[in-house]
Amino acid sequence: MLIFITKRFGFMIVTMLVVSMLLFLLLEINVDGVATKVLGPYSSQESREIWLETNGYRDPLIQRYGRWLGNAAVGDFGDSVRFKVPVGQVMWPRLWNTAILGFWTFAIMIPMSLILGILAGMKEGSKLDRSISVTGIITTSVPEFASAVFLSAIFVFWLKWLPGTSSMSDGFSFKELLLPIMVLVIYDFGYVARMTRASMAEVMTTHYIRTAVLKGLPYREVILKHALRNALIAPFTVIMLQVNWLLSGVIVVEFYFAYKGFGALLLEASLNQDIFLIEACAMVAVFVAVATQTIADVGYTYLNPRIRFS
Amino acid sequence: MATTNTITVEPAPSVGAAIMRVIRSFALIRESWVGMIGAGLVLFWVIVAILAPLLAPFDPNATLMPMQRSGALFPGSDTVAAGTFWLGTDQLGRDILSRVIWGSQTVLLYAPLATLSAYTVGILMGLAAGYYRGWVDDLLSRIADIILSFPVLVLYIIIIATIGASGFNIIIAITFASAPGIMRIVRGLVLDLRNRDYVAAAQTRGEGAWRIMLVEILPNARGPLIVDSCLRLGYVIITIGVLGFLGLGLPPPDPDWGGMINDTRSMAMACPHMVLYPCFAISSLILGFNLLADGLREISLRD
Repeated sequence: MLIFITKRFGFMIVTMLVVSMLLFLLLEINVDGVATKVLGPYSSQESREIWLETNGYRDPLIQRYGRWLGNAAVGDFGDSVRFKVPVGQVMWPRLWNTAILGFWTFAIMIPMSLILGILAGMKEGSKLDRSISVTGIITTSVPEFASAVFLSAIFVFWLKWLPGTSSMSDGFSFKELLLPIMVLVIYDFGYVARMTRASMAEVMTTHYIRTAVLKGLPYREVILKHALRNALIAPFTVIMLQVNWLLSGVIVVEFYFAYKGFGALLLEASLNQDIFLIEACAMVAVFVAVATQTIADVGYTYLNPRIRFS
Repeated sequence: MATTNTITVEPAPSVGAAIMRVIRSFALIRESWVGMIGAGLVLFWVIVAILAPLLAPFDPNATLMPMQRSGALFPGSDTVAAGTFWLGTDQLGRDILSRVIWGSQTVLLYAPLATLSAYTVGILMGLAAGYYRGWVDDLLSRIADIILSFPVLVLYIIIIATIGASGFNIIIAITFASAPGIMRIVRGLVLDLRNRDYVAAAQTRGEGAWRIMLVEILPNARGPLIVDSCLRLGYVIITIGVLGFLGLGLPPPDPDWGGMINDTRSMAMACPHMVLYPCFAISSLILGFNLLADGLREISLRD
């Protein structure tokens, strides 16, 4: 177990290193390109030369990468080209906003999809099962930008209940957060529900469930005491991996609703070629994704006694 | 996958027979009503895409009516001398119906191409990893792990922002991001199939490694791959739509559903019809592929 955890964390660090290397190569191998991006396309050749010289860009690539990595590790990614302030100052508040959005999305999505998935998986092939499965397929088929359009048309244009943008210009308001949360929940819950259903349906066919039913336990007790514990192991992993999907989803949703979050920042940075901000955002996004995958793996082995005790 | 255990020496099936077999296995979809609906939706859009030049009432890129009616959820029909705008016009006065129809051609051209390209790379990687095992497997699996640890859209944005937005680059980006997932599936299937008798027989006959992989193993792995390819096609359509929506898609002016939504997004509150119809179109097509995949999976599990 301990060896497994160490290995898993080792892999996490290696992944981060490789990703950082790829990012660095992709964005900074061409130093003249970097200078043009930082100083703008109308800067003179001399000023670019001077900038490159003073910022150590004439050093060998490997040395530059080492320095960049060292700074990145302590959270210093350089200054944002567009905002003219250290990248961290722009990024961390945005990340916090996205964390709020993600928290509420999960707080609603997880109970909803687990309950629906368990209900569907309890009786495989029943009418309830089929309708939940098909609903899951339908909601997963509507891309986030389309459901954002549909929900805005209903709740903003037609019913006029909710504001159409979530820029939070007058301070935090939960009302503005509702539409983005709805869009993310609708897109994500179908997959988790279907995975929960599959796991539950599998458990329901096992011998110990049959034994529990045959020895006359009430159905409620069979489900709550015997089936759930085992059926919820797989969804745990799925939910953790859903963080990775959420990171993609928030980009679309934040862009559509003009929510000042991390995803919108990453997109803006890419569109503006704000090179150091792209690097920082990408590193943070990959870190969050890899960290949750690691937690998912370690958590799975911990939850599954067959692996834990072997 | 059910495999036959009887040892019969059959002549290699001709290409025609192989195609017939694929068609026949698709015909099984009749047994699942969910799959039928999916197949119907997909077929509908395929026909629309093929017949686009005949179906579209106007040139999709022509400015026909500069004034835009606004304020209605469904604007109904505006009529000019040349014909009727059944779905209204967009912010530049172009006929939305024609653009939606032509947009289906764009999507149904790039999505299968990108999926095919991703499958080619993914299958080759998966075959190599599963068949050779050892260091080849380790190397390819680690590469796949690293690519898959990226949040997908972050990966797309970085790639497209670096190499630029064009149809070809979108295919490259989708191949890069999806091939590892396909590789994992193929690898898993190959690990199971490589120990079969017919593989051993082929090895004894002295067939080359790649011939065994492509001719002996790959056709027997097709079942799960067909289901996965339907799901993945749906997902690739979402990706192309999302990229268009984020302004990283195909360059204007040719219609592409995601791009149409992005262009008119700022006016969505005044004229929702501009964004609603492309959204309906893309959602129905993705739904078609997902239902089709579900139907195919249901049928493959039944056998």
